[in-house]
Amino acid sequence: MLAYTLKRLLAGIVTVWFIATATFTAMHMVPGDPLMNDKAVSAEIRANLERKYGLDKSAPEQYVIFMKNMLSGDFGISFTQQNRQVNDIIRDHFPVSATLGIMAIFFATIGGVLWGALTALYRNRLPDIIIMFLVILGISVPSFVFAALGQLLLVNINSLFGASIIPVAGWGTLSHMLMPSMVLGLGTMALLTRLMRSSMLEIVNEDYIRTARAKGLSPSRIFFRHQLRNAILPVITVLGPQIAAITTGGFVVELVFAIPGLGRYFVQAVQQLDYTVIMGTTVFYGAFLVLMVILVDILYGFIDPRVRLS
Amino acid sequence: MKYLLFLMTLWSAITSAQAPVTSADFEEQTISIALTQEPPQLNSMKATDQVSNFILPHIMEGLVRYDRRGRIVPGVAYKWEIDPDGMGATFWLRENALWSDGKPVTANDFVFAWRTTLAPETASEYAFILFPIKNAEAANKGKAKLTDIGVTAIDDYTIRVELERPTAYFIKLTAFATYFPVREDFFNSRGDSYAADAQDLLFNGPFRLTEWVHSASLKMEKNETYWDKEKITLNEINAAYITEDSRARLNLFIDGKIVHTRLDGETYKDALTQKQRIRSFSTGSIFFLEYNHRAGRITDNLNLRRAIQHTFDSDKFVNNVLATPGNLAAESLFPVWLQGVDDKFRKEYPAEVAVVNKGLAAEYLAKAKSELGIEEFPALILLSGNTPTATKQAEYLQGLLKSRLGLDIKIDKQTFKQRLAKMTSGDFDFVLAGWGPDFDDIMTFGDLFASWNLNNRGRYSNPDYDEQVRIALNNVDPKTRMEAMAKLQKIIHDDAVILPMYEQGVIYLMNSKVRGVVRRVVGPDPDYTYSRVIK
Repeated sequence: MLAYTLKRLLAGIVTVWFIATATFTAMHMVPGDPLMNDKAVSAEIRANLERKYGLDKSAPEQYVIFMKNMLSGDFGISFTQQNRQVNDIIRDHFPVSATLGIMAIFFATIGGVLWGALTALYRNRLPDIIIMFLVILGISVPSFVFAALGQLLLVNINSLFGASIIPVAGWGTLSHMLMPSMVLGLGTMALLTRLMRSSMLEIVNEDYIRTARAKGLSPSRIFFRHQLRNAILPVITVLGPQIAAITTGGFVVELVFAIPGLGRYFVQAVQQLDYTVIMGTTVFYGAFLVLMVILVDILYGFIDPRVRLS
Repeated sequence: MKYLLFLMTLWSAITSAQAPVTSADFEEQTISIALTQEPPQLNSMKATDQVSNFILPHIMEGLVRYDRRGRIVPGVAYKWEIDPDGMGATFWLRENALWSDGKPVTANDFVFAWRTTLAPETASEYAFILFPIKNAEAANKGKAKLTDIGVTAIDDYTIRVELERPTAYFIKLTAFATYFPVREDFFNSRGDSYAADAQDLLFNGPFRLTEWVHSASLKMEKNETYWDKEKITLNEINAAYITEDSRARLNLFIDGKIVHTRLDGETYKDALTQKQRIRSFSTGSIFFLEYNHRAGRITDNLNLRRAIQHTFDSDKFVNNVLATPGNLAAESLFPVWLQGVDDKFRKEYPAEVAVVNKGLAAEYLAKAKSELGIEEFPALILLSGNTPTATKQAEYLQGLLKSRLGLDIKIDKQTFKQRLAKMTSGDFDFVLAGWGPDFDDIMTFGDLFASWNLNNRGRYSNPDYDEQVRIALNNVDPKTRMEAMAKLQKIIHDDAVILPMYEQGVIYLMNSKVRGVVRRVVGPDPDYTYSRVIK
């Protein structure tokens, strides 16, 4: 197990290095000039700015410097916020995105597993049809639509009661987090529902279920002990990457609900060609994603002994 | 029981959601607002953007400031004198102007800030606004020492400024954020992180920044050490939300969480159906089609530009394409708000307007073809931004020029940075461009197409134009200056240097309980300094 974990970690490091190199190359190939702003500056000021950010050196030199700094955990200063370290940006804003993401995953997993199991139990009957219709909606409608609708719903609820029951935007308390995390989790919830449904349907016809039934076990015991536990495996497989995707993909939700998450920096940095923030956030997110995948693989071994054997 | 306890904890966690805050509180005299983005730079020496330039004048103060009606009034300086020849100025500072830590604001704080801004290694993008000061430009280019810059502290409360040339509007410049004071010992104690957080700043303005949660909120509270605090009624300006999403801001406004929000084309319709009272305000910025005048470009041909001039109807454009209130049809490079000799410049010197005339346009086009020696025009590149508004405008022009003049236009939609890069390298035939004022003088627009101006991205070059700019730069007599600008206005029209499109207006909602908010063309906008909440 230890050797396996180490092997995975080593491969993970190589992956992160590859992500960093690819991003560095792609970023420098994006047309546009990171140091340009509305007001043109003189050649002298321009030269000073280039020196400050090391852009006066050749691309290979910049790459070497970047890699050296990255190894010591330093991503440099942001181009747009010239007095903020990229490290500070990640440290300040990732916890927000992570909290939002964990809440969203919580909603998505509970909902996905329950709805999925329900649809399997009521296969081809009305509840199944209704839920599967909603699932298709959840998968195909982009999150910015849900975000806008969700916020509008809150505005209407508040105006109905004539008071601010639930805040329509902002961050800080649990009540701020409810709507955005539900909105953010919807897509994943739909995905998990579909996954759960198909894996439940597979299991319903397994021999060991028939055996359980023949033993005279109660339906609820069969459902929880035998069906759910076995059906949940594929859900856990996708959960790792989904957690990473959700914590990184909350840009729109963060924008609509005015949440100070890292997702906003991630997207705006690309628009602004903020080199250091692009590199910092991408490498950070990349490492995070890789770590989640490794964790899930290890976790898998605990849940399903068969995996450990192979 | 266990569940009950859990539910109770959960409920208290949910409802601990702070005491209900209203966007405008009469008892407490507090207001809440939303920002469109986190201020990227609260270091006054380096700030360039709108949000920072909105926050900074609320928390700091220069030698002079703007009053409610946009006039220059004393700030840290209680009086000033301009030399008769306009080549220098002396400022006397009040002794009761204090920093938020209680120490007095002294002449050295200004000298330090101006020198640091101009130091080449600071690489301040707004250093140019200090260039009227003697040796400032040279020092910024590393060709003069910082100590040679024409600003000296005669004593703690007197500043002497020598100017490079007579600058009629120098006093107005000192209200600008780049001219704000910075205290040397505090600045040095913070090093690279100066202005990175609320505690990394010192304040001498009407408010102080007490809380700054990055990307989430900023809180400005009344500054008790401010010398003119009696005039300040508000106790707190709470920028409680930061989001670019205009629909989210509209929702926050409707929910009573913020006192002000700017609308765009989409949210405008929603606000109308919500029966909100929509207000409009002219930002003082001008938007135009800029031609590429570089030699060899088709758009370098005057007759082609004239043909377009006689095709485009800015009234129609404003009413049918922009179609939101507040915008004005543009007739000149100079917007209507600019001051002339005694009245508004545009009243004293009305701009010539080219009539829309199909026959005339066709004539000019034919002339252009024969001059260029071509049968058909090749496809011309119209560079534009990638926002919905820019796209709409570009597509309108594309359709107009095709149907009226038979010109094929290729729209080159680019991200902000890439559009700037292409504008600078000259990789376009036309570009949708705009210009906003930095200070309250006609020169903030006037020198835009001078051959030496780096912001003249179409590289228009005309000795007559340059000459008029020089006259207006080197004279203090209003009449002489305005006449030069009037000649310049005529050159822009006759030479079809640009195609003026519109003077930008914004539409917004404002909580009617908040009074005394000033909308400004130059300076912080909106300005809440003298506002108050009524019952």
